Amino acid sequence: MENLDWLIQGFEQAVTPMNLLYAVIGVLLGTAVGVLPGIGPAMTVALLLPITYNVSPSAAFIMFAGIFYGGMYGGSTTSILLNTPGESSSVITAIEGNKMAKAGRAAQALATAAIGSFVAGAIGTALLAAFAPPISKFAVTLGAPSYLAIMLFALVAVTAVLGASKLRGAISLFLGLAIGVVGIDFLTGQPRATFGLPLLSDGIDIVVIAVAIFAVGEALWVAAHLRRRPTDVIPVGRPWMGRDDWRRSWKPWLRGTAYGFPFGALPAGGAELPTFLSYITEKRLSKHKDEFGKGAIEGVAGPEAANNASAAGTLVPMLSLGLPTNATAAVMLTAFVSYGIQPGPTLFEKEPLLIWTLIASLFIGNFLLLVINLPLAPLWAKLLRTPRPYLYAGILFFATLGALAVNVQALDLALLLVFGLVGLMMRRFGLPVLPLIIGVILGPRIERQLRQSLQLGGGDWISLFKEPVAIIVYVLMAILLLMPLVLKLMHRPEETLLIVEDDKDQREKAEA
Amino acid sequence: MTTTEEPQKEAASNAVDKAQYLVCAVLVAVGAFLIYDALTLEAGFAKVDPVGPKFFPLAIGIILIVLAVILAIAIPRGSVGEADAGEDVDPNSPGDWRTVGMLVGLFIAVIVLVEPLGWAITGTLLFAGAATILGSRHYIRNIVIGAALSLISFYAFYSGLGIPLPAGILDGIL
Repeated sequence: MENLDWLIQGFEQAVTPMNLLYAVIGVLLGTAVGVLPGIGPAMTVALLLPITYNVSPSAAFIMFAGIFYGGMYGGSTTSILLNTPGESSSVITAIEGNKMAKAGRAAQALATAAIGSFVAGAIGTALLAAFAPPISKFAVTLGAPSYLAIMLFALVAVTAVLGASKLRGAISLFLGLAIGVVGIDFLTGQPRATFGLPLLSDGIDIVVIAVAIFAVGEALWVAAHLRRRPTDVIPVGRPWMGRDDWRRSWKPWLRGTAYGFPFGALPAGGAELPTFLSYITEKRLSKHKDEFGKGAIEGVAGPEAANNASAAGTLVPMLSLGLPTNATAAVMLTAFVSYGIQPGPTLFEKEPLLIWTLIASLFIGNFLLLVINLPLAPLWAKLLRTPRPYLYAGILFFATLGALAVNVQALDLALLLVFGLVGLMMRRFGLPVLPLIIGVILGPRIERQLRQSLQLGGGDWISLFKEPVAIIVYVLMAILLLMPLVLKLMHRPEETLLIVEDDKDQREKAEA
Repeated sequence: MTTTEEPQKEAASNAVDKAQYLVCAVLVAVGAFLIYDALTLEAGFAKVDPVGPKFFPLAIGIILIVLAVILAIAIPRGSVGEADAGEDVDPNSPGDWRTVGMLVGLFIAVIVLVEPLGWAITGTLLFAGAATILGSRHYIRNIVIGAALSLISFYAFYSGLGIPLPAGILDGIL
């Protein structure tokens, strides 16, 4: 078992006192920001990206691993105690969790969420360790055309499948691709879309974009709609569960994990669908159907496990293919880039120790979360009372600090403001953020991959379609794009975003 | 850029969200710039690089404009994007764009002042200013917290991470 050896080596790296300290910091920081309204794990990792310039890669990733799982856990605390979920993936948790809290069972709701997250995280990380290496081994054998196809598939999937409006997903994606064009063209050396500014020839730093879109955009958006009255936080003691709660929770945890992991690992998965499926399943299977809608513990245990397992699942495509499929993974990927590590299928071959240290620290972070967070829950609940002016002033402050630290130039701050306003616009008009970030990251890589494969193929376009995997992926992509169209033709809903379709409909109606 | 001139139209016309034309304008502007910029580029060696440096910016620019047109057609038909929700977002409030404008103004001041005045002073200004704009009336406390955050971060980045943030007029004192 070569991989097991590597995993043990990874653990050896991760349990040095210094690295354990980073893990604890990451877990605490991740939970704190997960609990704090307005900040998610993606934003936290983005704000911490500057440290990658001076901390060793393994230390940074150990910390990011803690933030990754900590942020997921913290989000559930907020939705249970406040009934206003920050991320779409914890919407379902809020339904039953907040009802439980209102009925005086906040401690049990938090406990089943925490332990369920731990179970799902542990299983998910184990599956990640089992599946990512063989996938990457297979991916290494693929040529540039297949890899190009897979990246295109990820773009299409993230844009077309997630989110309510395909039009708005596409707008966001192409804005991201446009940002990705800025900089020197890698083959001909000409500056593109740099406004003649030499400072932009290396492109716009992804740290600045991520911080601007996630942190500044969010702070400005909240500023425009800040609740002026204090929110009601339900007070909570130390989380615990009775024997009956355990009996009702363990099956939903496992079923939730089974839903969450595969969806997370798919390029178009996300956490919304598995949490929803888990909720429906638990509702159907439960012996306490009447409790659903009034605070059923199964309705917290299942979706929370699904949420965390899906988070672990998203690391499979990220580590084995270099494909980010959620915002936090996307930002973590930029950390690889800023270390000069090329993300992609060769990661396991070139940086085995780093990757296995990251996986080992995911196990450790997950365990630390359980140990640290159960006793600290009352403290986290207090964090929810942070005065909002300080919270959002602090976000702006740290966003500026983070962007300034990248290159120590005022131009980056100007870019921060411009993209912060773009982020504000996107929130105001319901444009999803994820496709933009994915577009910025994958756009330049797709262009490079395309032009390099054409160079290798002697400029022959047919060479792009000669690998079987590439063809399969293109077929899948076509199915993914055409599926909604076919469904639409079968159902003929009133509203459709495809204008051509719509026009035809209108005409037919007028004629009829 | 364009934020403050956004009138509060949501309440008046709840079916058609006309403010969305702003998105169209941004898309057209970005798309047109990309196309213009791409046309100034010189093509590479066509044999090995049939795509060339122009193709991507051109294609992205054209698609952005096409998307703007589609959105412009969809808006009067009642297509609305669902505004982002969140813990601290009151979706029913009409939108306090004055606060946003003041924050943007503060931010521009920070951009201009960060190099001459240094991070310690502008950081304090940023935090205290933002907290005040967002409704914290404890002015002294705002400044004290801001100054503490700025000084701590200045020294942490300088000695901890080796990143010298601009010292500005306090150069030599800090």
